[in-house]
Amino acid sequence: MGVLAFVAKRIGIYFAVLFIGLTITFLLPRLMPINPVDGYIGQLQSRANGTMTAEAITELRSTLETLYGLKGDLFTQYVSYLKRIVFSFDFGPSFTYYPQPVSAMIFNALPWTLGLLLTATVIAWLLGNMVGLVAGYFHKKKAASILEFVGILLYPIPYYILAVSMLLLLAYIFPIFPLSATFPVGQMTPEKFGMVIYNSLLPGITLVLAGFGWNILSMKALAVATTEEAYVTYARLKGASNWTRMTRYVFRNALLPQVTALALSLGMVFNGALLTEMIFSYPGIGLIMRTAANGGDYNVLYGAITISIIAVATAGLVIDLLYPLLDPRIRHK
Amino acid sequence: MTIETNVVAPPVVSAAPLPGKSGGNLLWLLNPRLGIGLAILLIMGVGSFILPMFAPVDPSIQASYMRNLPPSGIHLLGTNSLGQDIFWFLVFAVRNSLTLGVLVALGVTIIATAVGLSAGYIGGGFERVVMLVVDTFITVPLLPILIILGALIRGNTSFLSVGIIIVIFGWAWDARTVRAMALSLREREFINMARFSGANTVQVILREIFPYVSAYMVVGFINTVLFAINTEATLSVIGLSKVEVPTLGSIIFWALNYNALFTGQYVWLVAPIIATITLFLGLFLTSTGFNAAFASKRGVS
Repeated sequence: MGVLAFVAKRIGIYFAVLFIGLTITFLLPRLMPINPVDGYIGQLQSRANGTMTAEAITELRSTLETLYGLKGDLFTQYVSYLKRIVFSFDFGPSFTYYPQPVSAMIFNALPWTLGLLLTATVIAWLLGNMVGLVAGYFHKKKAASILEFVGILLYPIPYYILAVSMLLLLAYIFPIFPLSATFPVGQMTPEKFGMVIYNSLLPGITLVLAGFGWNILSMKALAVATTEEAYVTYARLKGASNWTRMTRYVFRNALLPQVTALALSLGMVFNGALLTEMIFSYPGIGLIMRTAANGGDYNVLYGAITISIIAVATAGLVIDLLYPLLDPRIRHK
Repeated sequence: MTIETNVVAPPVVSAAPLPGKSGGNLLWLLNPRLGIGLAILLIMGVGSFILPMFAPVDPSIQASYMRNLPPSGIHLLGTNSLGQDIFWFLVFAVRNSLTLGVLVALGVTIIATAVGLSAGYIGGGFERVVMLVVDTFITVPLLPILIILGALIRGNTSFLSVGIIIVIFGWAWDARTVRAMALSLREREFINMARFSGANTVQVILREIFPYVSAYMVVGFINTVLFAINTEATLSVIGLSKVEVPTLGSIIFWALNYNALFTGQYVWLVAPIIATITLFLGLFLTSTGFNAAFASKRGVS
C-alpha cells in the first residue's frame, strides 16, 4: 500500500464516518418520544394563559416545524437536512436568541474551543510522552516508578472531579485565579489578550492534567516494551549513548502507536473540553451547548453536535494523514 | 474520560493455553496493585451495600433535617442546604453509581464480545462494515449526543434509561479490542485444528476463542464500570441525568447548584471528590493489577 492508497482509503473512511455520524444525529432526536415542537407550544400556551386559539396553534406548529426541519416524512426531512448542512451549513435560527442564525453563534464560539483544546492537548501530549519515555526507558530505576505513580494517580480521576478540585484549590483556597472567568468582548487589544490568557489558564491546566496521566502510562508501557527490542540492544553494543538510544531508537518507535491512540481518543478529549468549558464558564461550544440544553434550544444543540462530529473527525483525519511522515514503512512500500 | 483508551495495545495472547488454576487457588493472581485495588473496592462495595440498611431516612428526601449543619456525631459529614445528611447521601451515591456501572458493564461486555468476536472471526465484507460502524461510534464525540438526549428526556427519564443510553454508546471501544484479539487468534493452528475436526463457527467461537478472550474481558469489564460511572456522573454534574437519585455526580451537581463554594460548605464538595477519587483509583488499580497478573501468568510481562 503506497502513500496514495493510504490517503485515499483514509479519506474514504472519513466521509463514511461523517455520513454515519450525521445520520445518527438526525435520527436520534426523531426516535425520541418527545417532540420539541410540542414542548415549545406548551411553553407559549402557558405563557399566554391558554388564550391561544386552535387555528393559531396549528399555524404556529407548521411554522415551528419548518424552522426545526420537521416538515414532511422522515426521508424528505433527511434529504433536506443533509442538503442544508452540506451545501449551506445552515442549522436554522436559534430559538433563545431569535433570529440569530445558529451557524453564526457556533462560529463565534469555535475559535475559543479550538484554541483552548489544541493548546492543552499538544502540551499534555508532549509533556506526558516525555515523562512516560523517561519512566519507561529507565524502568529499572526507583526514581522512574515515582513518575509512573504520578500517572497512576492522575489518570483515573474524571474530568469533572479534576475541574471542581482545581476550582476549589486554585481559585478558592489559594485565590490565584478568578472563581468565574470573565472574557472581554470586542476588538482584541494586548491588554484584553492578557486577560483572556489569564482567565484561560485554569481550564487549560485542568485539561493538561487530565490528558497528562494517560499519556504517561501508555508511553511508559510502550517504552518498556521497545527498550527490550533487539535493535536497541544492538545500538547499545554499537556504542550509541543513552540519550541517542532513548530518543532515536525507543522514542521514534514508541511514538507511532501514541499518534494512533491520540487520533482515536480525540472524541473523548473533546468531551472533556466541553465539560471543562461548562464548569469554568469558558465561552466555547461547551458553554453554548449547556445553555441550549437548559433552554431547550434544539437547533443550537444539533448545530453544535454536528460541528463537534465534523471537527473531531477532521482532526482525526489530519493526524492520520501526518502518520506517513512519521512512519517511513508506509512511505517506502 | 479517556478511560478506555488504555486498551489500545491489547494484551498479548500466548500460544500456550492458560495453565490450569491449581485447585481453585487464585493466589497466583495477587500482586500489590491488585491487592490494594481489591481492598478499596471491597471496603467501598460492601460498605455501600450494607450501610444503607441502617440508614435512618432515605437521603434523597429533602428537608429531613435542619439545613447546613456542621459535621457532628449525629451527622458525620453535616447536612446540606437541602436538609439532607451528606454522609448518607454519599453512601447511597456510591451504591447507586456502582450498581449502574456494573449493570452497564454487563451490557457493554455482552454486546462488545458478540460484535468483536463475530467480526474478527467471520471477517470479509461483514467485518469491514461492522468496523466502520465501530470506528464511527468511537470517533463521534459521546458527550454532545448525551447532552441532546439528556435535554430531550430530562425529567421523564428513569435512572435505568440513563444506563441503557450509556450502553448504546459505550460498546464500541471494547468491541474493537475484542476483535483485535480475535484477529490474532484466527490464524492460530489450534483454530484450524478445531475447524478440520468438524467444529462449526459457533463452536469454535465458544470453545476455542472465548477462553482466550475471557481473561481480557475481566479487565475490559472493570474499565467499562469506570467509564459508565464517569459518564453518568458527568451528565449529572451538568444536570442532565436523574439528579434526584443520589450518585457521585448528582451530589456534586447539588453542591455546585447551591454554591457550596461560596457558602463555605467544603465538606459537601470535598467528600464526594475524595470518595470518587478513591473509588476510581480502586477500580483502576484492580484493572491494571489483573492485567499484570494475567500477563505474568502468560509469561509475557
